[in-house]
Amino acid sequence: MAETAQAQGAKLTIKDFQSDQDVRWCPGCGDYSILAQIQRVFPEFTHKKENYVAISGIGCSSRFPYYMNVFGLHSIHGRAPAIAAGVKMVNPALDVWVATGDGDGLSIGGNHMIHMLRRNLNIKVILFNNQIYGLTKGQYSPTSVLGQVTKSTPAGVIDFPFIPVSLALGAQATFVARAMDRDPKQLQEVVRRAEEHHGAAFVEIYQNCNVFNDGAFFLFTEKETRDDHVVYLEHGKPLIFGKKKEKGIRLDGFTPEVVSIADGQYGAADLLVHDEKDSTLAFILANMIHDPELPRPMGIFLALDHPTYEEQMADQIARARSRKGEGDLQKLLNGEETWVIS
Amino acid sequence: MTKEVKTLDEVTIRFAGDSGDGMQLTGTQFTNTVAALGNDLSTLPDYPAEIRAPAGTTYGVSGFQIKFGSTDILTPGDTCDVLVAMNPAALATNRKLLRDGGTIIVNEDAFTEKNLRMAGLATNPLEDGSLAKYQVHRIGISKLTTNALADMNLSTRFVDKTKNFFALGLMYWMYNRPLDQSIRFIEEKFGAKDPQVAEANLRVLRAGFNYGDTTEMFTTRFDVRPAKLPPGKYRNVMGNVATALGLVAAARKSGLQLFLGSYPITPASDILHELSKLKEFGVKTFQAEDEIAAICAAIGASYAGALAATTTSGPGLALKTEALGLAIMLELPLVVVDVQRGGPSTGLPTKTEQADLLQAVCGRNGEAPLAVIAASSPGDCFTTVYEAARIAIRFMTPVICLTDGYLGNGAEPWRIPDVNDLPPIPVTFAKDPATFQPYARDPVTLARPWAIPGTPGLEHRIGGLEKQDVTGNINYEPDNHDLMIRLRSAKIGRIADDIPEQTVDGPPSGDLLLVGWGSTFGSIKSAVTGLRESGKNVSYVHLRYLNPFPRNLGKILSAFRTVVVPEINSGQLLRLLRSTYQVNAVGFNVVRGLPLRSEEIENFVEKLMGGNHG
Repeated sequence: MAETAQAQGAKLTIKDFQSDQDVRWCPGCGDYSILAQIQRVFPEFTHKKENYVAISGIGCSSRFPYYMNVFGLHSIHGRAPAIAAGVKMVNPALDVWVATGDGDGLSIGGNHMIHMLRRNLNIKVILFNNQIYGLTKGQYSPTSVLGQVTKSTPAGVIDFPFIPVSLALGAQATFVARAMDRDPKQLQEVVRRAEEHHGAAFVEIYQNCNVFNDGAFFLFTEKETRDDHVVYLEHGKPLIFGKKKEKGIRLDGFTPEVVSIADGQYGAADLLVHDEKDSTLAFILANMIHDPELPRPMGIFLALDHPTYEEQMADQIARARSRKGEGDLQKLLNGEETWVIS
Repeated sequence: MTKEVKTLDEVTIRFAGDSGDGMQLTGTQFTNTVAALGNDLSTLPDYPAEIRAPAGTTYGVSGFQIKFGSTDILTPGDTCDVLVAMNPAALATNRKLLRDGGTIIVNEDAFTEKNLRMAGLATNPLEDGSLAKYQVHRIGISKLTTNALADMNLSTRFVDKTKNFFALGLMYWMYNRPLDQSIRFIEEKFGAKDPQVAEANLRVLRAGFNYGDTTEMFTTRFDVRPAKLPPGKYRNVMGNVATALGLVAAARKSGLQLFLGSYPITPASDILHELSKLKEFGVKTFQAEDEIAAICAAIGASYAGALAATTTSGPGLALKTEALGLAIMLELPLVVVDVQRGGPSTGLPTKTEQADLLQAVCGRNGEAPLAVIAASSPGDCFTTVYEAARIAIRFMTPVICLTDGYLGNGAEPWRIPDVNDLPPIPVTFAKDPATFQPYARDPVTLARPWAIPGTPGLEHRIGGLEKQDVTGNINYEPDNHDLMIRLRSAKIGRIADDIPEQTVDGPPSGDLLLVGWGSTFGSIKSAVTGLRESGKNVSYVHLRYLNPFPRNLGKILSAFRTVVVPEINSGQLLRLLRSTYQVNAVGFNVVRGLPLRSEEIENFVEKLMGGNHG
């Protein structure tokens, strides 16, 4: 395991993770908050600074590595999970983070995303979801909502959007979470948990693009509406929300419904209790998005402990070596049948 | 009954049957036996893309050709001396490859009305006189196989599957080869698992051998003496295996972990199979979700400090194009093996071709130079991929190593190198934060430093955007871009100072020079030998280095009146030579999915020389 920052003599601070590059996101972009929360949380982690690697593809979110003072690789559109996989397989001691967006990670790089997740490489993905293409200036993305008018859909979007959390769950991700740019505390907590997770972590972050899709998540992020439209998931606790914590989620069969716990008909004991280890429940929570009456769940949907890909890879090598000994190159070149010509 | 034994210098045998008949196994077995006896040899597996096409059809015919001899064997043969045909379709499709007067051995039991119809034959060639110019041996291979196994109570289906070993046994008898290599193979493959299967295969193999010995049909056996190969320890090796071995050797010699990112594709998958077996060498193989992920994972692996490779064929290389551009921009070492096959698009997946040369040299967006080298024989795949790794590391660049289906699946005796004699591959990782600049350059090679994650104080950012000279920071300034394009190109150019000068086979100047590259080496070399025997004074250059070219190539080309470039494409090296050296070269181009025929090259050159020098 990595040594702690303290062991190096000095505790890392937020400054250690800020690079000398000018941040070039639009003023007011939600990306600023995401970057700030991550820079704030990273010093708490136990890796040596040189062991952090940030890898991205293309898009506004993919500028992220330039602003983090760690090893960074700004690659090509959609391919970050595949590049990260190679890095992690070769050096499992590295703490590898992928910064991506709804276009980069779910459209052009969708294939790499699902396969990286299902393999359970210990890589952390933060997906900035703004439901629009920002860097190419305003086309719709695979998470844009039906009817959304964009530069490339003047008559409205007609393709059904991905729910990133559902996609990750379907891809057998072992850690799936959702957070918001405008809720720094919860975002920090989710990032902490992602770091602690043993395996692939997928974190969707609702991020406001104030230029091309302003206010897409205001219902969930703004003070006036937030309490009635967001429910925070906490392991082992009932799903309660509302300004006065007066509402809860109850399961009717497999269908969640909103019930009042203020009028005496239902109490906390009747409510759905969150269990991060229950993948069936995680799907039910992910599907709440389809019912506009239901609040949007935030937090950790699922956290399972499975062996990682790179551990199993190292294991197979170790087993082969203990069975056959370290490979002998000359023997390998000789093969099974040789003859000598003199 | 003693039979006469005649000694031959060389023989070409072609095994042909249904793709379910085990012809590739039969051919491989024969090859291994012949190789172990010290013959030189060359093989050509020739099989359809369909795994099990309907039995009896012409498109389901699978062939395996082997030429072996006591002489220097350079090609699997333009034509064959012996054709073993397991059914009418195999005979119909392969007959044209048999030389006049050649020998046909057929399984006459398979010449049923139905099979003749499936093969599109209106009459039975065994009876209609169409085979008059050949020596035809009609053998009831199916019945003889059934008889050999009569008391074993096996299913008809299983019995039918062993009949290829009858043909193999018979060929061993005809060419005076011992059975022991194949007996060992059968025992190892089936012995422990299924003694009955082993017993059945052994019986049929012996039955075939004994049939040759006892039947009146054959009066003569043939012997082929060991070849006079250079002294050393030899083994038989297929190109794809040699490629895998070369990568492992390069990793060992450089002290790096070997990482292979790959996606299954014919005819390259065997490299992935071979390397995935070598876990005790610490080899990490990753079967990615697609070709793009395969190369991207390799780029990540290289970034993290491994010797990284990706293996593919033409369509896969097309998919890797964008990522290759990234590797060029990141200036990271990467070995890309393209086992070329017939194109375009899906093309001829199981056939050979040399038509990816321009894709390798030029096929990327922007000014994106990289090194390209090519192997010339199955054994040479080892040397070439090793050299690719050396160049990649020394110059911090992707290198494309071109082989092809013929080299990948073909086999030849290979003089096993002594591990201690392999050239060193030194690696230096950047360590010093005080002096580190991501895009500072080595004054000799122009390579940038290799700075891997985990190195204290070297945290830096790189990416696909244009970067400032030395610092590697994002930079869009016009003059900087122009400079970086020149630097990336100059770096590849400097490889020419690092590789050997091109040698010429024959006089260094004269009337006619043949220039080849890749797997056509054997065909062209045979043609050159033939031309010289008929009194033509020709020289021959075979290129390993295709980008950059060897530094003296221009001088060599200018010393000949005529330059002929035979290739299995429409003239790709020809174009590069013409545009690089303004040489008025002539192409010889045949694109059939098969190796070039030496005789055709010879005829072409003779015609070309005929007028002036006849």
